[in-house]
Amino acid sequence: MSSMLQSRWWSWGFRSAVMLYFMILIVFPILGIYGKSLSAGWSTFADNIVEPLAWKAVTLTIKLAVIATIINVFVGTMSAWVLVRYRFPGRRLLNSLVDLPFALPTAVAGLMILLLLGPHSLVGEWAEKLGFTILFHQPAIIIAMIFVTFPFVIRAVQPLLEEMDTSEEEAAYTLGATKAVTFWKIILPNMLPGILSGAMLAFSRALAEFGAVVLVAGNIPGKTLIASVYIFGEIESDNTIGATAVSVVLLTFSFLILWTVNYVQMRGGNG
Amino acid sequence: MHIEVNGLNKKFGEFQAVKDVSFEIEKGQLIGLLGPSGGGKTSILRMLAGLESVDDGDIVFHGKRVNDLPPQERGIGFVFQNYALFKHMTVEDNISFGLEVKKWTKAKIKARVAELVELTGLSGFEKRYPHQLSGGQRQRVAFARALAPEPQLLLLDEPFAAIDAKIRHELRSWLRDMIDRLGITSIFVTHDQDEAIEVADQIMIINKGRLEQKGTPWEIYKNPESPFVAGFIGESTIVDDVSSLKGFGHASDWPGTKALIRPEYVEVGKAADFELLSATEPGRVRHVHFRGSEWLVEVEVGTSRLVTYRSLEKEILHPGDEVQVLIHRAYLFNDNDSWVMENKLKEDPMPVHI
Amino acid sequence: MRRLWIGLTVAVFGLLLIVPVVRISMGAMNEGWSGFADGLARPETRHALLMTGLIVVIVTVVNTLFGVMLSLYLVRATWLGKRIKRLLNSIVDLPFAVSPVIGGLMIVLLLGPETALGALFNKAGIDIVFALPGMIIATLFVTFPLVVREVMPVLQEIGSAQEEAAATLGASAWTTFWRVTWPSIQWSVVYGVVLTVARALGEFGAVLVVSGNILFKTQTATTLVYQDVENFNLTSANAIALVLAAGSVTLLLLMEWAKSRREVH
Repeated sequence: MSSMLQSRWWSWGFRSAVMLYFMILIVFPILGIYGKSLSAGWSTFADNIVEPLAWKAVTLTIKLAVIATIINVFVGTMSAWVLVRYRFPGRRLLNSLVDLPFALPTAVAGLMILLLLGPHSLVGEWAEKLGFTILFHQPAIIIAMIFVTFPFVIRAVQPLLEEMDTSEEEAAYTLGATKAVTFWKIILPNMLPGILSGAMLAFSRALAEFGAVVLVAGNIPGKTLIASVYIFGEIESDNTIGATAVSVVLLTFSFLILWTVNYVQMRGGNG
Repeated sequence: MHIEVNGLNKKFGEFQAVKDVSFEIEKGQLIGLLGPSGGGKTSILRMLAGLESVDDGDIVFHGKRVNDLPPQERGIGFVFQNYALFKHMTVEDNISFGLEVKKWTKAKIKARVAELVELTGLSGFEKRYPHQLSGGQRQRVAFARALAPEPQLLLLDEPFAAIDAKIRHELRSWLRDMIDRLGITSIFVTHDQDEAIEVADQIMIINKGRLEQKGTPWEIYKNPESPFVAGFIGESTIVDDVSSLKGFGHASDWPGTKALIRPEYVEVGKAADFELLSATEPGRVRHVHFRGSEWLVEVEVGTSRLVTYRSLEKEILHPGDEVQVLIHRAYLFNDNDSWVMENKLKEDPMPVHI
Repeated sequence: MRRLWIGLTVAVFGLLLIVPVVRISMGAMNEGWSGFADGLARPETRHALLMTGLIVVIVTVVNTLFGVMLSLYLVRATWLGKRIKRLLNSIVDLPFAVSPVIGGLMIVLLLGPETALGALFNKAGIDIVFALPGMIIATLFVTFPLVVREVMPVLQEIGSAQEEAAATLGASAWTTFWRVTWPSIQWSVVYGVVLTVARALGEFGAVLVVSGNILFKTQTATTLVYQDVENFNLTSANAIALVLAAGSVTLLLLMEWAKSRREVH
């Protein structure tokens, strides 16, 4: 009996430790930021949000993240398709490379883009001749977002394609469907849940991205200042309430996306 | 091990999985828990093993209440439905796991493993991993692993469910032999009535969380105590208007009573085949199906359709043939009661209440 | 068609992933090997790399431990209701959705010098914000879901039958975990650990906010890269970035290895 009692004490201790850790590390900080944003009352919160620069930063972030996500949906779906369905030399290498943006520090990613697109680089000079600049302008932000969110769509679509029974396609062919029809009616619907959840995750990550963007964006308020950089600026200038207000808007947005993804995946898992 | 269960209850959320189940099992018996899927059989087995907590009621092993003992301390062996073999261990390691945990000496473990490998016919497969074995072999490993620590009680959850029909027969009689030889008290769960009848000393019929009936297979077949048991064991047809059948006219004394008639209770033939022609009535053959070892004959009597078997030795019937039908007995039931009624014109005029 | 798609994909990968890495290597060697070496030999570089290493080690150990335990509880525990499990499960992912800058801000808000808790620790002589503990907490927050997300699906997939079998054979919870559960999840744990290391190594936003990026005190490798870029000291930035990138590529190889091991088992 004594050994049993002892093991119960142990397991009770483990449970409490893990739950406490979880609460303190994850739940408290999130509640704290919501609390802080409202600590000076609703009107202050609202003022901080409708602050033209803050609001512009949020809308700009959403706009650029949407563009980056759309590009990643196309590129990612194509890459997933090629990596799963085709066999060619270097396929395994490419497949491993997909995760590179996850493994690479975002600051390094930012620096890479900075070097590649800078005014003295090949691309930079070329763009200059055509009459526009990339670096420190919106295109650079979009490129940074595309880079850091690159793996999401690919990694979400790949398993669906791998699991997909080729007999479904074959059935479509035997029923007289052309390749195009088969793709639109059979293959694409199968990939769709992955494309959607991958896109949502990519979008949420693009909204939150800081490291890669801060180095390549000009951070000019209203033009190239995205939300997370705006928050950073507010923290630096000690306007905590302003920082938390924008944070809360961004967070709520991301949480909604995350839970939608979870819900979609749960539904998909049941179906 | 002598087992006693009193007033066992288990709820999963709002779902009452087990309702007021009580029974007693003598040492050395092989018991089959039989019933439809989702009826609560597995829950009972898992509560016996200590894998599921008991909401209410007592489980008593050898006169000692074990409700609060964890599975580790109950002295049981459990064979899981999908065997739950340790995937990353060889056959040998799987079997010796329980012995190592109990800190047996190396030499003893080696001897015991060898004994069980021999007993279960797994010689030559000791170094294989579960994924390199066939379904039947995995079943044997699961069995050997459960038996290795010399449990007092062996619990088997649908032990044959995942095995091909052909090998299943073989394994059944193998298991029966093995348990006879070891004399270990065993309980197995199945939804297959043939399996229960063939293997078990006693059957417990479980439906909707209740214990419907406990007894030897023959007792249960002969004297089903509820319409559910009657319908679950053996084949049968339900007849709504039993009083219209010859010899069962007085069934009309119990309005709302239906009858369950087994193929074995029905005899068909030409008029000359019967001694007591007055107890028979005319019918028409609707279909005959060849069943491999016998004919299955569907025959229409009045508005009722009955099913019976017919020996291959007898004259072959064809659909549309006019035949005489003798119904020996029927199992009658209504909302309150159930009993067996013999054909009154055949012999005993009094219905038998059970 | 087939050729077109393959060609396009290779081109995208080349432009987006390979060229930048090559460019970084070239950038680091811009002023020759000595420029690269000088960039690394600076005392602040060494200090920053040391800080990063320290954070990576502590964060990985703590989050692996707690991550594995939390996964076990979320999948197996009977003492947690189904609804609570679902709720906790969706909370686990939150750090993924939180911008690193916001993650850092949260910690400043909770434990900063002006807060009650911060003041309390301050009295006890422990600085949290603008010091190592805060940076560790920020990184713990950001990397928390990684191990949990790798381990939970595997636990769900293997089911509890093997563990129950071990229990009926007399094995204690401890023995069951090490002899039955661990062999099934070990490669997923390794994978999660590699992801955690990668993320902890590269964490920038949260650490930048919490650390204040104080030279020789709270500067990490990534915040040093940031500072060097801001100071137009591109060669040094490249040198550190190259070291970090090399680390990432190593981790990528480790990921591949862990993935292949996981598929075997």
